[in-house]
Amino acid sequence: MLSLLWLVPALPFAGFLALALFGRRMGAFAAAVGTGSVGLSALFALAVAAGFISSPPPARIYTQSLWDWINVGGFKPGILLYLDSLSLVMVLVVTVVGFLIHLYSAEFMEADDGYSRFFAYMNLFVGSMLVLVLAGNLLLLYLGWEGVGLCSYLLIGFWYRQPENGAAAIKAFVVTRIGDTALAIGLFFLFLNLGTLDIQKMMNMAALRWQAGSAYPEIAAALILGGALGKSAQLPLQTWLPDAMAGPTPVSALIHAATMVTAGVYLIARTNVIFTMAPAVQFAVAVIGAATLLLSAASALVQHDIKRVLAYSTISQIGYMFLALGVGAWSAAIFHLMTHAFFKALLFLGAGAVISGLDGEHDIFKMGGLRRQMPVAFWCFLTGACSLAALPLVTAGFYSKGLILFSAWQSRRAGFWLWAAGIAGALLTSIYIFRLVFIVFFGKPKTAVVKKPGPRIVIPLVALAFLSIVGGFVNMPAFFGVKDVFSRFLESVFPVPPQAASLPETELLLETVSAIVSLAGVYVAYFFFLAAPEYSEEMARTAPGRALGKFWFSGWGFDWLYEKALVSPYRWFARANRNDAVDLIYSFIAAASRFFHYGLSLSQTGKVRFYAAVLALGAVITITIAVLAR
Amino acid sequence: MILLWLIIVPFAGGVAAWILGLRGRGGGSAARWASIAALAVDLALLAAILAGRSAAAGRHGDFFLEARAGWVPQLGISIHLGMDGLSLLLVFLTVFMGIVSVVASWTEITERAGFFHFNLLWCLAGVIGVFLSMDLFLFYFFWEMMLVPMYFLIAIWGHERRTYAAIKFFIFTQLGGLLMLMAILGLYFIHGSQTGAYTFDYFDLIGTRMSSAAAFWLMLGFFVSFAVKLPAVPVHSWLPDAHTEAPTAGSVILAGLLLKTGAYGMLRFMVPLFPDASQRFAPVGMAVGIIGILYGAVLAFGQTDLKRLIADTSISHMGFILVGIFAWNGLALQGVTMQIISHAISTGMLFILVGALQERIHTRDMDLMGRLWEKVPVMGGVAMVFALASLGLPGLGNFVAEFLILLGAFRANPAASAAASLGLIVSTVYALWIMQRVFHGDERTRWTLPDMSVREKGVAAAMIVAIVWLGLYPQPVINEAAPALDGLRRISISGPQAVKIPAPDFRLTAAAKAVPLPAEEDPAFDKKARVVPDISSQKSGEGVNERP
Amino acid sequence: MAAVPMEHVFVLAWVLFITGLVGVLVRRNLLFILMSVEIMLNASGLAFIAAGFKWGQPDGQVMFIFILAMAAAEVSVGLALVLLAYRQFRSLDADQASRMRG
Repeated sequence: MLSLLWLVPALPFAGFLALALFGRRMGAFAAAVGTGSVGLSALFALAVAAGFISSPPPARIYTQSLWDWINVGGFKPGILLYLDSLSLVMVLVVTVVGFLIHLYSAEFMEADDGYSRFFAYMNLFVGSMLVLVLAGNLLLLYLGWEGVGLCSYLLIGFWYRQPENGAAAIKAFVVTRIGDTALAIGLFFLFLNLGTLDIQKMMNMAALRWQAGSAYPEIAAALILGGALGKSAQLPLQTWLPDAMAGPTPVSALIHAATMVTAGVYLIARTNVIFTMAPAVQFAVAVIGAATLLLSAASALVQHDIKRVLAYSTISQIGYMFLALGVGAWSAAIFHLMTHAFFKALLFLGAGAVISGLDGEHDIFKMGGLRRQMPVAFWCFLTGACSLAALPLVTAGFYSKGLILFSAWQSRRAGFWLWAAGIAGALLTSIYIFRLVFIVFFGKPKTAVVKKPGPRIVIPLVALAFLSIVGGFVNMPAFFGVKDVFSRFLESVFPVPPQAASLPETELLLETVSAIVSLAGVYVAYFFFLAAPEYSEEMARTAPGRALGKFWFSGWGFDWLYEKALVSPYRWFARANRNDAVDLIYSFIAAASRFFHYGLSLSQTGKVRFYAAVLALGAVITITIAVLAR
Repeated sequence: MILLWLIIVPFAGGVAAWILGLRGRGGGSAARWASIAALAVDLALLAAILAGRSAAAGRHGDFFLEARAGWVPQLGISIHLGMDGLSLLLVFLTVFMGIVSVVASWTEITERAGFFHFNLLWCLAGVIGVFLSMDLFLFYFFWEMMLVPMYFLIAIWGHERRTYAAIKFFIFTQLGGLLMLMAILGLYFIHGSQTGAYTFDYFDLIGTRMSSAAAFWLMLGFFVSFAVKLPAVPVHSWLPDAHTEAPTAGSVILAGLLLKTGAYGMLRFMVPLFPDASQRFAPVGMAVGIIGILYGAVLAFGQTDLKRLIADTSISHMGFILVGIFAWNGLALQGVTMQIISHAISTGMLFILVGALQERIHTRDMDLMGRLWEKVPVMGGVAMVFALASLGLPGLGNFVAEFLILLGAFRANPAASAAASLGLIVSTVYALWIMQRVFHGDERTRWTLPDMSVREKGVAAAMIVAIVWLGLYPQPVINEAAPALDGLRRISISGPQAVKIPAPDFRLTAAAKAVPLPAEEDPAFDKKARVVPDISSQKSGEGVNERP
Repeated sequence: MAAVPMEHVFVLAWVLFITGLVGVLVRRNLLFILMSVEIMLNASGLAFIAAGFKWGQPDGQVMFIFILAMAAAEVSVGLALVLLAYRQFRSLDADQASRMRG
C-alpha cells in the first residue's frame, strides 16, 4: 500500500498537465478532471494511511526515492518522498480538504470563463503542497514551498482583468518571497554546516555537531523562521494575506486558510530539533505568535468585508499555532492546524455561499437576516464559528485551542503572559466571529438572495461541518480520561514534551476559564451587535474609538509603513533611473568627443592663406622646440 | 578534424544562404532552409562526437577531442581546437539557439533574407570558434570575428535607433577586445622571455610564472574585456540598447550566446591563467556581480519598453555568473554552467515572445499593452512560464543554477551570498511586473491579434521542455560539465593547498577519477606527446576561495 | 671671394623668405601667392648654396638644382590649377575658393 505514495502528488500534477494543455477544449469536463484527480489522490492518501497505520513501516518512517535531482559532489538532494505520521496528517488534510473544496468550486466557478484555468491552478497547488509536506529533503520542500507560493499568486490574481487583483497577487508573491529568501539562505547555511539537506540526516547531524543554545542552531532557526513568517503571514510579513482575499473564495478557503499558510507551522514542526536547540529563537516564535494573534484579532473586529474578517482571523489562528510551536507543544500546533483547516475552510466556503447568494456582495453591513433565506449556509457557518470561537465540549476548536493554552501556561519562560495573550485573543476571536454571525445571519434582510447553493456546494459544507465537530475528539484533555490519540500518533516525530508539572486539576481549571471566556465573547458580540447595536455605534463614534477603529481597520498601519519605507522609494528610484545613470558617463564621453570635433572643424575655414599661416606657425613652433630642446 | 568542421559548416552554410537568397522569389525561404540544414549538420556532428568520444580521447586532461594545425608557426600561432564537457555543452547550446532563432524569425525577416542568414551563421560560427579555441590568438580572432556580423544584424535589420545601438555595441566590445589583446600579448612576451618559446597555446601559457603585479594587470585586461561582454555594471550600458534594437534573432543570439562568451572566457582563460591574481580580485569581482544583480533588476523594473526590460534582466542574471565564477568552487561553477544554459533559454524565449508580439501589434511599449491574456492565452501561458523561470522558480532550470551559485558562493563568502540572494526578491518584482503590465490588468489599447502559430508553438514547446528538464533533471548537464570544471579547478588551484582541502564530499565526484592519458594516438592530432602542465610543482599560494 | 660675409647672405635669404611668406599670407590673388611661393623657394635655395659654399660641400648646389626642378614642376601644376580655379570661380581670389570649409 505504501508504495502507492508517489501517486498522491503525481495525480494532481497529471491533472494540471492535462488541464493546461487541453483544458480550453474540455468545457465543463475540466471540473471532472480537476476534482477527479484530487479525489483519486485523496483515495490513495487514505489507502496509504490505512497501510501506514495497520502495518507501520520500521521506525514509522517510509521513504520513496523517485529520481536523483541534483548531484554535485556532496550536494545531492533527490526527489525523495518521506512519510511519517506528521506528513501523513498533512497529506490527509491537504487531499481531503482539497477534494472537498474542488467539489465546491465545480459549482462555485461554473459561470467563469476561466473554468479550466482555475482547476489547472488548483491542481498544481495541491500537487505542490503535497510535495511540500512529503519532501524528504529541504530543497524538495523548497520546490513545493515556492510552488504553492506561485499558485497562490496565480489564484489571487485569477480575475486578472482588475488591476487591484494583480497588485494583491504580486504583493503576496513578493512578500512571501522575502521570507523565502531567508529560508534559502538558511538552506545554504544548513548544508554547509551539516553537509546534507536530507531532513532526517540533518536533524541527527545537528544534534551531534551543535551545542544547544550556541550560535549555529540559533542562526539556522532564525533563517528558517524567516521563511515561515512569510508563508504563514506572521508579524512582520503578515500584510499580504488580507489582500489575498482578492482571489475566488474557494482559493481563500484552500490556500489562504486551510493549507498553504500553515506551511510555516509545518516547516517549524518538521525542523523541531533545530528549534529545540535554539531557545532564543524558539521563544521569539512564541512571542511573535502571541503578538500576531492579538494584533490581527483586533483588526478582525473592525473589518467590513466578510472575507477580510476571516483573513485576519486566519492570521490570528496561525498565531496560536506559532505560540504552540514556541512553547514546544509541537503536536498541539499540528492538532490546531488540522482543526483550523476544517473549520476555517468551512467558514470560507460558507462565506462564499453567502457572497454568491448575494451576487458578489462582500460588505457585511449590506447583509442581514440570512438565517432563514440560506439555512444550510447559516448552520454550517455557525458550526464553523462555534469551532473557531472554541465553544466548549462539542467543537474541535475547543480541544485544540485548549491544548495550546495549557501548553503555554506550562511554558517555563513567560508562561503566564503567553497564556494571558492567548486567552485575551480567545475572547476577541469569539467576539469578532459572532459579530459576523449576528450581523450577517440575524437582523433584517438587506439584500435579496439571488442564488441558492446546489448540491456540489452543500456536500462539502456539511462534510466540513461534520469534521469541525468530530475532528477534536481525537485528542481529549487528560481529565476526560480518554486517550490523547492524536498526540500519541505524532509521538514518533516529536520529542516527548516535558511531563506536565501541573496536575490534571490545573488543566481542568484552565479549560474552564477558556470555556467561560469564549462564551462571554459570544455574549458580548450578541449584546453589542444584535441586542443593542447603538452602544457599539456610539463607541465607534467617539474620537479615540474612531482613531483606533481606523488604525485597526488598516491592519495597524503596516501597509502604510512598508509603502512609505520600501515600496515608494524603490519605485521612485527605478523611475528616476529609467535611463540609467551609469550611461551618463558614456554619454558624457561621447558628448565630449563631439565637442572637440566641432571645435576642430571650426579651424577648417577653407581659406588657403589661413592654412598657410597655420602651417608656418606650426613650423616655427616645431623648430623652436627642436632648437630649445637641445 | 571534426572540430574544424563544426566551425566550417556554418561558415559554408552562411555563404550558401547568401547566394541562395540572391534569387528574388523564394530566395528567402531557401536561405532559411540552408541555414537550418547547416545547423542540422552541426547537430549531427555533435551527435557523432557524443557517440564516438570514448575512442578519441584528447591528450589534455579532460579534453576528449583536440585538433591542431600550424597557422603562423614563426610566432607560435596555431589553429588549436579542443573540446571538453564544457565546450561540448556550449557548442550544443549554440547550435540549438541558432536553430531556434532561425525558426523564430521565419516571418520577421523579409528584406535581404540571404544576407541576414549569412550574418547569423557567421556569428554562430564565430561563437563556436570561441568555445573551441585553445590558442589565445585564435580565440581573439574568433572573438572579434563574431562582432562584425552582429553589428550588421543590428545595423541593418534593427529597430528605430539601430545605428546608435550598433555603433555603441561595436565600440564597447571592440575596446574591451583591445584590452584583451594587450593582455594576451603581455602574457605572450612574458612567457616567451622566460622560457624562450614564444607561443599562444593555452596549455603552454597556463602556469606562466610572473610577478604578482604583472599577473594582476594582465588579469584585469582579461577581466574588463569579459566584463564588457558579460556585461557587468558599470560597463553594461551597451546591452540594453543593442538588445532592444536588434531583430529578434539578433537579441536571442546576443543574450543567449554572445553574453555567454564573456562567462566562458572567465571560466576558461581568466582564472586558470591568473589564479592567484583572480583570487585576490575575488572580493571586488563578487561585489561587481552583486551590484549587477541588484542594479540590473532595478533598471528593468523602471522600463516601459518591454524588450528593454528583458534586456536589463540579463544584467541581473549575469551578475549571478560573476558571483559564481569568483566563488570558484565545484558547486558555484556547476551553477555557472547551468546559468549559462538556462539563461540562454529563458531570456531567449522571452525575446522571441516580444518579437512575436511586436510583429503583431508593432509596439514594444508596455503602456499600450495590458490584458492581452484575453486575446492570446497561449502566448500568455508561455510568457508566464519564462517569467517564472526568470525569477528563479524551483522546477525550472534557472533555479538550479542560481541555487548552486548562491550555495557555492555561501561557502566562499557568506555575506556576499546573502547579499546576492536579494536578487531573488527583486527579480520577482520585475518578472511579475511584466505579466501584470502586458497580460493582466486594464486593457489600455484595443488590439486584435492572433495567438501563436504552429511554428511559434513548436519553438515554445521545445524551450519549455528544455527549461523544465533542466529544472527537474539537470544531472546529464552536470555530469557532462563536471570533469571539465574540475579540470579547470585543478589547474587553477595551487597543488599543496588543494591537497589540504577537507570534506571530500563537497567536491565534485569526478574529481577523484584520474583521467587516463589516451592509449593510442589519433592520427589527426598533433604528434608531439604533451602532458598536462603540472602547476602544482611550480606555484604556491592559496587555492581560489576553496575554504575548508 | 670672401668679400661677402656669410651672415649677409643668410640675412638676405631670411628677408627673401619672410617677404615670400608675407606675400603668401596677405595677397589674395592666386597668381601673387604662387609668385610669393617662388620667392620662398628661391630664398631657401640661396641659403642652401651659401651653406654649401661655407662647408665646401656640393650638396648645397645639388639641393638647389633639386629646388629648381621642383619649382618648375610646381609652377606648371600651380598655373594649371590657377587656370582651372579661374574657370570655376570666375575670380583669382583665394578666399573665394573656400568650399572645403568644415
